[in-house]
Amino acid sequence: MADIRIENLRKEFGSFVAVQDSSFTVHDGEFLALLGPSGCGKTTTLRMIAGLELPSSGKIYLDGEDVTFNRASARDIAFVFQLFALYPHMNVRKNIGFPLLSQGMAKAEIRARVEETARLLQIDHILDRSVSGLAGGDRQRVALGRAIVRRPKCFLMDEPLGTLDAEFREVMVHELRELHNRIHATTVYVTHDQHEAMAMADKIAVMNHGVIEQFGTPQEIYAKPATMYVADFIGSPPMNFMRFNSGLKSGDRSILLDGIDVAVPEIHQDMAESELALGVRPEHIRFSDASALRGAVYGSEYLGTNQVVAVETPGGLIRARVPANRSFRIGERVGLEFNPAKLALFDCRSGRAVPSSLYQETRHG
Amino acid sequence: MADVVLRNLAKRFGDTQALADLDLSIRDGEFVVLLGPTGAGKTTTLRLIAGLERPDSGRIEIGGRNVATEAPAERDVAFVFQQYSLYPHMTVYENLAFPLKAPVRKLSAEEIDRRVREVARMVRIDHKLENRSTRLSGGEMQRVAIGRALVRRPAIYLMDEPLSSLDAKLRAELRLELKRIQKELGSTLLYVTHDQVEAMTMADRIGIVAEGRLMQVGTPREIYGNPANLHVAARLGQPHINLLPADLLPGGRPPAGTKTVGARTEHLDIIVGKDANAEIDWIEHLGDQNHLHIRAGNHKLVTLADPYLAIAPGDRISLTLRDPLYFDAAGQRLS
Repeated sequence: MADIRIENLRKEFGSFVAVQDSSFTVHDGEFLALLGPSGCGKTTTLRMIAGLELPSSGKIYLDGEDVTFNRASARDIAFVFQLFALYPHMNVRKNIGFPLLSQGMAKAEIRARVEETARLLQIDHILDRSVSGLAGGDRQRVALGRAIVRRPKCFLMDEPLGTLDAEFREVMVHELRELHNRIHATTVYVTHDQHEAMAMADKIAVMNHGVIEQFGTPQEIYAKPATMYVADFIGSPPMNFMRFNSGLKSGDRSILLDGIDVAVPEIHQDMAESELALGVRPEHIRFSDASALRGAVYGSEYLGTNQVVAVETPGGLIRARVPANRSFRIGERVGLEFNPAKLALFDCRSGRAVPSSLYQETRHG
Repeated sequence: MADVVLRNLAKRFGDTQALADLDLSIRDGEFVVLLGPTGAGKTTTLRLIAGLERPDSGRIEIGGRNVATEAPAERDVAFVFQQYSLYPHMTVYENLAFPLKAPVRKLSAEEIDRRVREVARMVRIDHKLENRSTRLSGGEMQRVAIGRALVRRPAIYLMDEPLSSLDAKLRAELRLELKRIQKELGSTLLYVTHDQVEAMTMADRIGIVAEGRLMQVGTPREIYGNPANLHVAARLGQPHINLLPADLLPGGRPPAGTKTVGARTEHLDIIVGKDANAEIDWIEHLGDQNHLHIRAGNHKLVTLADPYLAIAPGDRISLTLRDPLYFDAAGQRLS
């Protein structure tokens, strides 16, 4: 196993800049998710690490060694595309053992390695079955087995769960992370699905137009978004934004939103009058009749343990996640109260977060 | 709009019993969602109501009339398929107006125009009325397809996973919109999906379908809180309900015959460090909440926790049941 270090990595296709001066480190045994919409540069970044694309500039280090211009086959990594590609005429054992056979490994050792891998994936009872009769989950486990049996220095995965239906994807998300917990292989995982990234990764790089907008743990990215883009991309429903015009002074502890005083984390920077957005996560909203900030219920979505209620306010539609024990009528008037310690402020023009005590608070969990 | 009543409906395709003894009454103005996996018989039910398939036995009533001998066009239903099919050579406006232009409808040009614009606003496509339908994104095309069904005011709307081809964000927006539009129009709607979130959030009542049978019908709260059997209990809830042997955790009062205890997040009390009977395996940080993966004996549990709860992998915890669900050996609910 090994760490991966990326320095000022850049990739241009003609005049199009696919990846712009990215730098990050994936530590030994860490699981990094490259997260963003299609065209954001995440797959290009992964393909450069794999050696399937050469960077326009920048360096890639694998286990301390500069591999920027090494061939893909000389990099000792395993690349997992869609997990479904299996050899249909071979049984499970032969499918998993195939990469070792082509390396010329001795039969007895192949046997031992395949069985160890199968135990890890809990498919040791189906080793001698034909892959054509297997259910979807077992097929995925076999394909994964074929990637891990080589014990490469790291795994690169490109949307491996992309084609699965929602229910089954959830199961595989848990299995992939549990596998990671057992073998601790350095992993870079590309996805456009924020839920997959949040559920599996130790660190997430949120990408947009070839740029890493934020790099951090799932908790940091969720609770302290660096940009409006990140705040909107992560979370389901995403962060609510309420736009207003104001200046700010360092030390301020409240803002004026439509004439209503709203307490916020202490501001740490002076800002001239401009368009700002107050960012509120749905679970940091409470309904309170005492609040001056009011709106009408637009719809509610019952989710079992809780519910999401959409409220039409003068500042737009706001979604709140609240306990499920109360029912709401469409049109019902409600007051909204925010948890002041968790609010974020953004400069709408740059999209960047305004520095405040939210971003300096000690980390939880 | 009308009541739709299904009585003892059955349909077989070769060796497969696609549907067996299905009984369901959909009230006028009601939004009913059939939830089940692929192959459960959901789509077959819709196709039988629409008249695209003939039942082997059973009865279908729309607005009190037996429609057995009626052709699909006579049944006054509107069908929205999973894959949108628009007329590519027409604009959005023409696509929306098309169902109203049939001579039998005898609608004036003004009436057609009024309805098209009203529905276009509802599905938020009114800014693109003059665009060619081929110049739309996938989400926009599906909104047009839904709109084309909505302009008609049929007895019932039949929708077969209409949101499944859309990305997550748009799906979440349209969920809320579709529910609002249905309430606004007072339409009767039968909607089929394998997505439990769609079922929970939109339905007045959910019908859980498995292997051609309707297992339980009820409001989302009833189905979630009061499932009739293990299968239904496992269909709803994120994370999945934990299914455990009766004697694994303290705090329960299992009735005689209990084989399995079903414990959701709200049925589990966690105390850190005190008389520990379980251990935190790992924690999934989902932002607004954490999924705690817990090991108790040889069993794994997943439960939601507040993200600010001070707890770490390896911590020993005491896990106690609070009014969980009990099931017998056959998987039926005990109370």
